[in-house]
Amino acid sequence: MAKITLSNLRHSYMPNPTGPADYALKEIDLDWQDGGAYALLGPSGCGKSTLLNIISGLLTPSEGRILFDDRDVTDLPPDQRNIAQVFQFPVIYDTMTVRNNLAFPLRNRGVDEGRIARRVAEIAKMLEVEEMLDIRASHLSPDNKQKISMGRGLVRDDVNVVMFDEPLTVIDPHLKWKLRSKLKELHQRVRATMIYVTHDQTEALTFADQVVVMQDGEIVQIGTPVELFERPQHTFVGHFIGSPGMNVLPAEESGGAVSFQGNRITLEGAVTGQGGTTQVGIRPEFVSLAHSGLPARVSKVSDVGRHAVVEAVVGDTPVKAIVEGELPEQGAEVHLAFRPDHTRLYRDGWLSTENEGSART
Amino acid sequence: MKTENQKAWFFVLPVLLLVAFNALVPIMTVVNYSVQETFGNNVFFWQGLDWFEQILRSDRFQAALGRQFLFTFLILIIEIPLGIIIALSMPKKGMWVPVCLVLMALPMLIPWNVVGAMWNIFTLPKIGLLGYFLNDVLGVSYDMTQNPFAAWVTIIVMDVWHWTSLVVLLSYAGLVSIPDAYYQAAKIDGASPWKVFRYIQLPKMKTVLTIAILLRFMDSFNIYTEPFVLTGGGPGNSTTLLSIDLVKIALGQFDLGPAAAMSLIYFAITLLVSWLFYTLMTKDDAQ
Repeated sequence: MAKITLSNLRHSYMPNPTGPADYALKEIDLDWQDGGAYALLGPSGCGKSTLLNIISGLLTPSEGRILFDDRDVTDLPPDQRNIAQVFQFPVIYDTMTVRNNLAFPLRNRGVDEGRIARRVAEIAKMLEVEEMLDIRASHLSPDNKQKISMGRGLVRDDVNVVMFDEPLTVIDPHLKWKLRSKLKELHQRVRATMIYVTHDQTEALTFADQVVVMQDGEIVQIGTPVELFERPQHTFVGHFIGSPGMNVLPAEESGGAVSFQGNRITLEGAVTGQGGTTQVGIRPEFVSLAHSGLPARVSKVSDVGRHAVVEAVVGDTPVKAIVEGELPEQGAEVHLAFRPDHTRLYRDGWLSTENEGSART
Repeated sequence: MKTENQKAWFFVLPVLLLVAFNALVPIMTVVNYSVQETFGNNVFFWQGLDWFEQILRSDRFQAALGRQFLFTFLILIIEIPLGIIIALSMPKKGMWVPVCLVLMALPMLIPWNVVGAMWNIFTLPKIGLLGYFLNDVLGVSYDMTQNPFAAWVTIIVMDVWHWTSLVVLLSYAGLVSIPDAYYQAAKIDGASPWKVFRYIQLPKMKTVLTIAILLRFMDSFNIYTEPFVLTGGGPGNSTTLLSIDLVKIALGQFDLGPAAAMSLIYFAITLLVSWLFYTLMTKDDAQ
């Protein structure tokens, strides 16, 4: 097990990249702590699989180094990095039994048979696949196949990191939560560093202690699920995480005062920086219907069960609010109140207000 | 509730008629000949299974059958591994893929009798390119019209040249359908190239290889045109395969009865071997 350091990592799939647009990964500097449970979250095509393949050694980065515990592994092939990877589609060796599938990585490394038998038995117990050990792997159901591909990664006790590349894509919905909690449990038992790549925020937030959010080949924020929710560093994070996502509203700034559709907005703290395009960001959870505040007309009310999402138009901009209890009629004139400690200014997409000692929520 | 509807039969009827005319009727005619003796003028005498017995006991048939099995065995044992090796070494992506595919497909596009004629001219001593090169440049005595061994080598090389492409193309199709993740997982699992072949590529190619072997078996077991044009079954009877012998009996000697019996035996052997092979190859999947 090891700490993984990525330094000045850049990758382009083109032979002669010219501009930043040619890079699938732009300048990544990141430390993964030993034994952490990480999620790499981002939309399709944001570079998360590229990053994963660079860590596993399936890809060599155009620039930058990868260190496992200060040992430079940038030029090492995958089998010498002691990593394990679980792919989107279960990879199993069809003609072998489950037992031989699990033993395969150990046999390839010349481990003695007694030890192999012990490890396979341990892993099979952990994954609850003991009764399937002598079945041919091609006869398993997709979720069990995926368990076996995980097992092949976990069976080695020298793995530095186990990586999951959207491992639940082909699993039936009702089995997804089962496998997900199994994964979480495995992490607690094995204590290996785990990196989980997904575009599904629920999977990322439930699995990981630390979530790395990526967009267009860049890391936009690293934080705990709570941090990502409470204080998004970028409008993308605010929008991508949460259901519905954060309201991102066009704002005018003049002399330190910020207004939205002609209404003065109170922010969480002092504004930093200047110029650029400014936007106000506030999560629907912190917008409420009030007697005074921003005048708005309700355009849509959707009851999603526990609460309702009310969409109201201020000027010409729709704002979403999460409302519990009594719901307004569609077309009703209402007033919206923003909770100041969760109202922030974003400049060119990036957070641009200071948090004035309000860790409270 | 189950509604009985017999109308479906009417829709199948045209196909039944078609099959009857192009398969059942001709085969039944052969069956008819195989149990009777005729001296022309539509006069027939019942013969029972005499022709079958005569054919099966004849040294000539047994020798031809032996040559046929030897030929099929030799071309399969060369073409299948060779086809797999070529498919494995072909590029998986890039501009060379279409080039390789077209080159591979070329031999199969040439009509069979042209292949025979080409190889005939190619191998003639003195004037054929290969014949001249072997005899006069390398000093190897080679004349397939005189030497049975040379004739065998020639028909086998010709068949390998003509049909290995089929195995290559089928294997290649099987290979490119393997997702990259399998190779990546194998790399991470530390599998050697042999293990990648044994546990990933070969199992994934199994279906197409079954088809390739079946097609090559049936085609080579029934082969006629190419060896007929190339060697005419000679020198002597050394390359007289079953189909060549059959045509000699049927059209050369006009012994329709024995020829019909031989056709049916021939057909039965082809069918039996194909069925056995297919059943064995697909046995594990059915579990």
